[in-house]
Amino acid sequence: MTLLTTPQEKAELLEAAVKGRSLWEDARRRLFRNKAAVGSMIVLGTLTFLAIFGPFFWPHDYETIYNDRVLQAPTWEHLHIFGTDPQGRDLFVRLLYGLRMSLAVGLVATGVSLLIGVIWGATAGYIGGRVDQIMMRIVDVLYALPFIFFVIILMVVFGRNLILIFVAIGAVEWLTMARIVRGQTISLRKKEFVEAAEAAGVTSASIVTRHIVPNVLGPVVVYVTLTIPAVILTESFLSFLGLGVQEPMTSLGNLISIGAREMEIAPWLLIFPATTMMITLFCFNFIGDGLRDAIDPRDR
Amino acid sequence: MLAYTMRRLMVAIPTMLVIIAVAFFMMRLAPGSPFDTERALSPEIRAQLMSFYGFDKPLYIQFLDYLKGLATFDLGPSLIYKDQTVSEIIGSGFPVSMTIGLAALLLATFVGVPMGLFAALKQNSLPDYSIMAIAMAGICIPSLVTGPILSLVFGVYLGWLPTAGLDLGKMTFETLLLPVVTLSLAQIAIISRLVRSSAVEVLRSNFVRTARAKGLPEGQVLAKHALRAALLPLVSYLGPACAGLITGSVVVETVFQLPGIGKNFVTSALQRDYPVVMAVVVLYAGLIILLNLLADLAYGLLDPKVKYE
Repeated sequence: MTLLTTPQEKAELLEAAVKGRSLWEDARRRLFRNKAAVGSMIVLGTLTFLAIFGPFFWPHDYETIYNDRVLQAPTWEHLHIFGTDPQGRDLFVRLLYGLRMSLAVGLVATGVSLLIGVIWGATAGYIGGRVDQIMMRIVDVLYALPFIFFVIILMVVFGRNLILIFVAIGAVEWLTMARIVRGQTISLRKKEFVEAAEAAGVTSASIVTRHIVPNVLGPVVVYVTLTIPAVILTESFLSFLGLGVQEPMTSLGNLISIGAREMEIAPWLLIFPATTMMITLFCFNFIGDGLRDAIDPRDR
Repeated sequence: MLAYTMRRLMVAIPTMLVIIAVAFFMMRLAPGSPFDTERALSPEIRAQLMSFYGFDKPLYIQFLDYLKGLATFDLGPSLIYKDQTVSEIIGSGFPVSMTIGLAALLLATFVGVPMGLFAALKQNSLPDYSIMAIAMAGICIPSLVTGPILSLVFGVYLGWLPTAGLDLGKMTFETLLLPVVTLSLAQIAIISRLVRSSAVEVLRSNFVRTARAKGLPEGQVLAKHALRAALLPLVSYLGPACAGLITGSVVVETVFQLPGIGKNFVTSALQRDYPVVMAVVVLYAGLIILLNLLADLAYGLLDPKVKYE
């Protein structure tokens, strides 16, 4: 920043100072200046739109089997632009369904983890003392579990149930969330502005909604954007092992596992789903990083 | 230090008990049994099998029996492979998994650390940005994508390396190269990011400025002062890294058809071979707890600011 300012700039600065910007508006400005994050949002938005609405306009259905067009390479004929799979189903529409499923798992399971984690962490942090110690010790013990093994056992013994996938993955991911929320809550309770608000006679409900929640929200939002790709990965990992969603429904991991099996004769079955998955994960990570830089300016 | 270690070990015991209990009861309460075969067994044979393996006793007695077995390192027989004990199955798979895991960890450290340091030294330049872009790719691209693609390129198209399969006892450089590389990619990415951010911070700190100010050559500043501090966070990351490698090995062993523990675990879980599944969970949980403790202790030894009481 330069020290010399023209009168015009000075006026603008003053204006900005007078108008004031909220924490969130500041963060939004910083986020939209981050090209990687903005680009990712556009790409991800387009992909999501395609995944949700694309299948309605595509001439093929995800479970229609064309016996005469098995393992066809990508072609404009019959509009199999991404080719067909070993059962003779259109890959493009299956990819859209798979992406839809992966995104849904990502959002719902993250929602589950958010719900458990925020309630657990906020309770422990707010009550403090004994309760806090016991609750966080439970988290410590759970942290040591090789969770992926438990998820695998769960999927095997209780069948491949879609709701179970959501809940199981969500139940795995809440631990870090609880720690983050607890730490934030504790440090916020001792901050001067909270003390000031208390001294000024603000009710504790107002303090929670006006001061604690907005400040806890930042790190939580960042962590959520980074949890979604982790969840998508876990689901695809399960599907890859044959434990995730069941045929004829599909997910990105399921498509990749089929592709990996057929890659020697039909590489497109691996390349398209793998690329889609990489793009999706890239986008989430860039958005997450962008959000972190935007919300937590200390880190820049 | 000793007291700290003892306390950590004391916490580890209930943790292990919880893990064993959760895994045990989850599997026993689930529908289905290891004796579900294509043809239904006659009730007499079934009852005999159940009593042979002790499945007819009350559940809590079975649990206590299992704990007793564990305490004497008796993991019991496999329910599917009648001629093998669980210890034999684990014993044949563990060396494979451990070789891959250790090799991947070494590779990740020896590639990731220089990458991170280099990026930190050239902060905000083209090399820095490209290294961080590569690291981002490493984090975003899961092993279930890199594994098949690597084996497609190097195994099928170029034909340089075998794509899959590993004969027991014949672990050669060629057969292990692709699995190890696949497993290490994500860790390389994480380690280089970690090292970069800590090195950037260290290079900005006062003691490095002092070292430069007193006229030390840059090489000595880095080797004697900056490096040790910059690598500290890496030590505490080694615990989680091992956990990541263990999880990753399940995919890698499936992709490359390696007879390791991860692959064993999935097949055993599908066949409801309870003792094998339990043994893998116990073994890996114990390993993760132990490695985390070792990482924390090493951190305490290396960082004079940290004191364990």
